[in-house]
Amino acid sequence: MECEERTDKIFTLRSPRFSEGCLLMKYALKRAAAGLATMLIVSFLTFAAFDLISGDAATAMLGTSATPERLAALRAELGLDRPLPVRYGEWLLGFFTGDLGSSTSYKQPVWDLIASKTGLTLCLSLVSFVLIAAVSIPLGVFTAGRRRFEGARTALNQLGMAVPPFFTGILLSWVFGVGLKWFTPGQFPDAGRDFAGAAVYLLFAAAALSIPRIAMTARMLRSTVQEELGKDYVRTAISRGNDRGQVLRRHVLKNALPPVVTFLAQTMAEIVAGSIVVEQVFVIPGLGQMLVTSISNRDYPVVQAIVVILAFWVVLAGTAADLINQRIDPRLRLGGAA
Amino acid sequence: MRKRNGFLIAGLVLTCALAALILLGFFWTPYDPNAMAAGPKFDAPSPAHWMGTDNFGRDIFSRVLKGAGTTVSIALATLLIGAVCGSLAGALTGYFGGPADEVLMRLNDALTAFPSILLALVVISILGPGSRLNVMTALGLVFIPSFARVTRTAFASLRDVNYIKSARLMGASSRRILLVHMLPNTAPVLLPALTIGFNNAVLAEASMSFLGIGATPPNASLGYMLSEAQGMLFAAPWYAAGTGLVVVLLVFSVGLLGEGLRRRDRGVL
Repeated sequence: MECEERTDKIFTLRSPRFSEGCLLMKYALKRAAAGLATMLIVSFLTFAAFDLISGDAATAMLGTSATPERLAALRAELGLDRPLPVRYGEWLLGFFTGDLGSSTSYKQPVWDLIASKTGLTLCLSLVSFVLIAAVSIPLGVFTAGRRRFEGARTALNQLGMAVPPFFTGILLSWVFGVGLKWFTPGQFPDAGRDFAGAAVYLLFAAAALSIPRIAMTARMLRSTVQEELGKDYVRTAISRGNDRGQVLRRHVLKNALPPVVTFLAQTMAEIVAGSIVVEQVFVIPGLGQMLVTSISNRDYPVVQAIVVILAFWVVLAGTAADLINQRIDPRLRLGGAA
Repeated sequence: MRKRNGFLIAGLVLTCALAALILLGFFWTPYDPNAMAAGPKFDAPSPAHWMGTDNFGRDIFSRVLKGAGTTVSIALATLLIGAVCGSLAGALTGYFGGPADEVLMRLNDALTAFPSILLALVVISILGPGSRLNVMTALGLVFIPSFARVTRTAFASLRDVNYIKSARLMGASSRRILLVHMLPNTAPVLLPALTIGFNNAVLAEASMSFLGIGATPPNASLGYMLSEAQGMLFAAPWYAAGTGLVVVLLVFSVGLLGEGLRRRDRGVL
């Protein structure tokens, strides 16, 4: 996109609004293109890797005693004789049109197998993300600059990071499932019939997933805010009689947030990975469970599709974080677009 | 006067105690971890069976000791692969720079964006699930990028420091500079990174075997035992509690150690 600065006459000042908006767009487009390129590379690598390992499908179908002629014929029929990039292109096209081939263990189209599960995993990830952001941001900001019980708090934080989600999940199912009977562990209610039950169930799964990340994010935010609070401009602002809380909200947070946003995007990626484990603990029929089953079954078409979907989700989160950051911090905007 | 570093002391004490227990577990356990009917079935924790027994009457404490050994040895192997390869790549690219540095770091950025468990699952599905060696390889490969990044930053920041420059002027070889002058000075960064890496490796290994694609019996790891314990949550909740607590304690104590190391070096760096 062209970003002409309006300086047609020497004495006209350039319109800052216009050029800023233009730069913003330019940066956003650039970032989106980079994200798209990453997705392409990632999906190609995944495709190539699984193509390499799954070996020759024709040999697998006919057995090793088949004659070379029959093998060649079957390969031509399956389209395996064509070069890798061509097959990748076809697969990618299929990815967006809902044709991902068929699963080798379920004998069903891959798309039918995973379409309904994607939504569930997405739901779980989003609920966990909201939980993490909602708890860790206030916690991190509140504890920043307060030195009391610093040691105990750090120890507690380390403890939070040490609890693996699958153990938290088991503990939660024991206390709230077996003990208090708020939900039945291992039986995910049908969301259509029992929406509240499904929501409660997901909430517990999300809680198990979130605890270590809450500890990490709060710690990260705390140290960033702390560092920012020690800077000269904060001292100046406070010495001029500004309200402490106001300085924190108006100035400090704005400067401390970008690295945290990036970290939260990384968190989104970790949630996706964590959901694989947590779905197993809570027996939630999502993508993660499907992935694990398919890995055990060596069902490569399904593994491939799920890995690519999860990878896209990760790249999307990273791209979104960069775009949000350049909205928060103008310096990134200019630096990124120049 | 220097303040006492409570984190370092607590971390060291806890880690050493656990390490001693796990080492002991390699040679001696109270009962044979795989012997059926070492005690009554589903026996609650008692002086005879510290963590109770499972559905076959196996002694859980013995199993946990053995399982922790498996988990820790896989984590250490992972760490070894990741740290050696990663530090080597990071040190060389950080010190020499150049186009190889650019390319490797781009690749690194792309890889570190992806969660390690997801990557390890991909590698595992390529290598084939269920084998201990494959888990080590998969996790080891996955841990290379993060070590490379940390090491690279540490070495690159020292590249133009005066004492390195003078060492170079005096005709020291690159190998000598890297090993004798730089490596000791990057320890404050690398040591905490090692503790974090160890914790991640323990958690990743436990997750993998929890999912049933990591180490399998008879050398069950803690993750596998937890998934076993989940099935007996009604009958023997102490199985899950004991196993899980050991994982938490392990990661917690090494985490404290890392925190202590970071605090000790904050003044130095």
